[in-house]
Amino acid sequence: MVERRPFLTFLSHAVLIMGILIVSLPVWLALVASTHGETAFTGGTIPMLPGGEGWRNYSTMLGKGISTSGAPPLAAMMLNSLIMALGIAFGKIAISILSAFAIVYFRFPLRQLAFWTIFITLMLPVEVRILPTFKVVADLGLLNSYAGLTIPLIASATATFLFRQVFMTIPNELMEAARMDGAGPWRFFKDILVPLSRTNMAALFVILFIYGWNQYIWPLLITTDARFYTIVAAIKRMADVADALPQWNFVMAAVILAMVPPVVVVIGMQRLFVKGLIETEK
Amino acid sequence: MTRSTFNHRLLPWVLLAPQLAVTAVFFLWPAGQAFWQSFLRQDPFGLKTTFVGLGNYAALLADPYYRSALWVTAEFSVATAALSLGTGLILALALERTLRMQRWYTTLLVWPYAVAPAISGVLWWFLFNPSIGILPWLLKGLGYHWDHGLKSGDAMVLVVIAASWKQVSYNFLFFVAGLSAIPASLYEAAAIDSAGPVRRFFTITLPLLAPTGFFLVVVNLVYTMFDTFAVIDATTKGGPGQSTTILVYKVYQDGFVGLNLGSSAAQSVILMGIVVLLTVIQFRVVERKVEY
Amino acid sequence: MKLTFTAAVAAIFAAGAASAATEITWWHAMGGELGTKLEQIVAAYNASQTEYHVTPVYKGSYAETMTAAIAAFRAGQQPDIVQVFEVGTGTMMAAKGAVYPVYQLMKDAGEPFDPKAFLPAVVGYYTDTDGNMLSMPFNSSTPILYYNKDVFKKAGLDPEAPPKTWAELAADSKKIIDSGAAKCGFTSGWISWVQTENFSAWHNQPIGTLQNGFGGLATELEFGKDAPLVKHWADLAEWQKSGIFQYGGPGGGNDAPPKFYSQECAIYMNSSASLAGVVANAKDFTVGYGMMPYDDSVKGAPQNSIIGGATLWVLQGKSAAEYKGVANFFTYLSSPAVQADWHQFSGYLPITQAAYDLGKSQGYYDKHPGTDVGIKEITLNPPTENSKGLRFGNYVQIRDVIDQEFQALLAGSETAQEALDKVDTRGNQLLRDFESANK
Repeated sequence: MVERRPFLTFLSHAVLIMGILIVSLPVWLALVASTHGETAFTGGTIPMLPGGEGWRNYSTMLGKGISTSGAPPLAAMMLNSLIMALGIAFGKIAISILSAFAIVYFRFPLRQLAFWTIFITLMLPVEVRILPTFKVVADLGLLNSYAGLTIPLIASATATFLFRQVFMTIPNELMEAARMDGAGPWRFFKDILVPLSRTNMAALFVILFIYGWNQYIWPLLITTDARFYTIVAAIKRMADVADALPQWNFVMAAVILAMVPPVVVVIGMQRLFVKGLIETEK
Repeated sequence: MTRSTFNHRLLPWVLLAPQLAVTAVFFLWPAGQAFWQSFLRQDPFGLKTTFVGLGNYAALLADPYYRSALWVTAEFSVATAALSLGTGLILALALERTLRMQRWYTTLLVWPYAVAPAISGVLWWFLFNPSIGILPWLLKGLGYHWDHGLKSGDAMVLVVIAASWKQVSYNFLFFVAGLSAIPASLYEAAAIDSAGPVRRFFTITLPLLAPTGFFLVVVNLVYTMFDTFAVIDATTKGGPGQSTTILVYKVYQDGFVGLNLGSSAAQSVILMGIVVLLTVIQFRVVERKVEY
Repeated sequence: MKLTFTAAVAAIFAAGAASAATEITWWHAMGGELGTKLEQIVAAYNASQTEYHVTPVYKGSYAETMTAAIAAFRAGQQPDIVQVFEVGTGTMMAAKGAVYPVYQLMKDAGEPFDPKAFLPAVVGYYTDTDGNMLSMPFNSSTPILYYNKDVFKKAGLDPEAPPKTWAELAADSKKIIDSGAAKCGFTSGWISWVQTENFSAWHNQPIGTLQNGFGGLATELEFGKDAPLVKHWADLAEWQKSGIFQYGGPGGGNDAPPKFYSQECAIYMNSSASLAGVVANAKDFTVGYGMMPYDDSVKGAPQNSIIGGATLWVLQGKSAAEYKGVANFFTYLSSPAVQADWHQFSGYLPITQAAYDLGKSQGYYDKHPGTDVGIKEITLNPPTENSKGLRFGNYVQIRDVIDQEFQALLAGSETAQEALDKVDTRGNQLLRDFESANK
């Protein structure tokens, strides 16, 4: 801050508060909607203040769900989402750190080719290759399985690049010293690289957890068994009922529940998240 | 700087094996299939297949609705990027001027990033719902008859707002990081030259933020082109007419709903081309940033 | 919390692995209350015998269910039975190697099966030109007219006399609006199905060549040549401007029902299967029922309405034992008791004469007025070439085209004639694509 300008400072606070209010509005209304009964939505406008049905709505959704709208108990779906998010986060971190290690610390024939093969995954978002990927997963018998939910999504160039970047900043002397001590590649990896990239791993974890939790079209397509439904994918099924109206109070309760875990992770690990976000995208 | 390396023939391949295997099985092979499919005409069940060469591509380019989807995508991406970048920048600049409470403000502004696009779509659909939504009701009070079911302009505004919402947090964070990297001494020097805040913004802040901004433009364009599928699906479903049908939504519509796999695959291939282009630009920018 | 969850998981597992019976999978698109009822029907079947076990799986909307089944078929993971909406019929029929025609299935499995027991207006839609039934009708419905008797009374209209013709409907609506009884005259679900396809059948007009596509893949659309339809679309656009009509959105028209429930619109046209929802939501007023209006200047109107809804298709590639189970399950599904129960609960039409007769002998239709309006409409006259149904390929997309052009009409960028002509040109392109993919 260079000089005092009370008006500008006031304006800044006002802008931020306005921003927060606008950003929060949809979630506030969803929260309100999730505390009313079914009848509050049949006509006119939605209520602006919470009602008294919140407890009933949430316990219904968590414990019973609305099975006929493709929504088994939400608790079970949230567990599936958690497994998927953790599987993707850990899987990606594990395979990326290994491949980054290979690319930075080894010279071998076809190294460039390997690098480009990984790089190309950046260019193929799941949306554009979804039908053939579905077929591959089906051929491997992975429909309706946690492996099918996670493995096709764990290959990613961004995580590999992040680790590559981190490894490049590790001074060469460390490597020399390790070699002097007669440390093999595995010990070097375990004792030096992993500890040094711990914060990066944690930061990456936040980003990948959110990525995994928020997956939508992939779980929607490959799960036909309610035991494997994830919560984000199921919300669409709930909102889209044939020959009937959406049960807004339940849908919004599900929306809130689907939002809570990733939001908690982001807020709880805010510093790591910001770091991870800014570094993965570099 | 040459980096010391280990001498090993087999080990690097072992280390790379998991990632390469997943890439080959779930990326390269399906992408190859999509590529091949784009030259075929097939009935939905895959019972009859004819090779049509570039027929699917020719049909697409001749289709006015495909060309309009290109245009809609451009319009939507630019509007979304502009709205979310502009808002993110204003909030970041405001944050810079507040000394206390920075952390609180940041916390209260970052969380939408964690919300899935599918969910933000449902939220905005609810807000703009013509029969029970709060916003059409407020607008009616202001004398505007909101109708995204019929007015293509309204529909576009709706999807742009819904898509921008969670992206604002992202851009905000990057601008905050970019702003904090600008040395305070520059501002002090300018203040001594008695440059006011507005002039300082244009002579110091904006040029020094430009690399961040440019990088964000590319990232935002990629986001709007691919990750907004769920937003469109939950709000307008591409309508009215095809006024909010963006390319990725059309791939889905023609492939999943229309079951025209050849055309859908050809569209995927065109999209891949666009992503490659954007990725190359992004890397160029990143390199420049590194140099800088 | 944890306990509930464990219990829930245990319940799901238990349901999945009930016994060593032959497992039959049925993918369906029935959400909400209808889904609950469907699950009850299946549970009753599973409890009635031990040889087969049917597992119903809700797959989302009709379009999603169909796409999922096709993707699964391509990957060799198809269900035994899939519920496909009526507009997917053309696609399913053309896929000769993928579907197991029901008449064939019943013959091969040795199940007693009499095609004549079914209501012709229902099964006609799903029968090939040789009279063979290709799929099993399950939930068929037809559009009817719902109206708010209280509003009619307030406007000084006879609450027992719903409008019979479109002219009467317009006049009644005007009275309703002018008297301040309601803000809008009528709204409608499914512009494509209710206000377009059914309108043409009701007025005995063709919308495509070769008997609306029954005659072969070379069929062409001719919505634009259907003069009463062009006039009707023009009227709708006019009425929308004057407030008599309010548009309920594309596809099923999700915004239409709330307009009726909140008494904003006095009249509402939608599927007879919406009845349960209407009764449940119309809390503050009395609902009346009527047949769809007709244009009395068209000779021969009203003819008969056509159905919508969905049928069950059996997919190829399963074991003979499973097919025996499917056939057995179909016999159960079409039995009069099950049919009458499903029909009376949901508002879908009964698919057999026996189920209809059962309802009559139970006095159901006297106790529940309005529930037989749909049946009366589809059986009003013996179906003609124009009122038997439609069979166009890629019709899912053509429906989208109809919605898009209707929106263009309402937005004022096209006239009714232009809009319907564009439906023809764009739709014919889709038909030619379909023809060449299925040759």
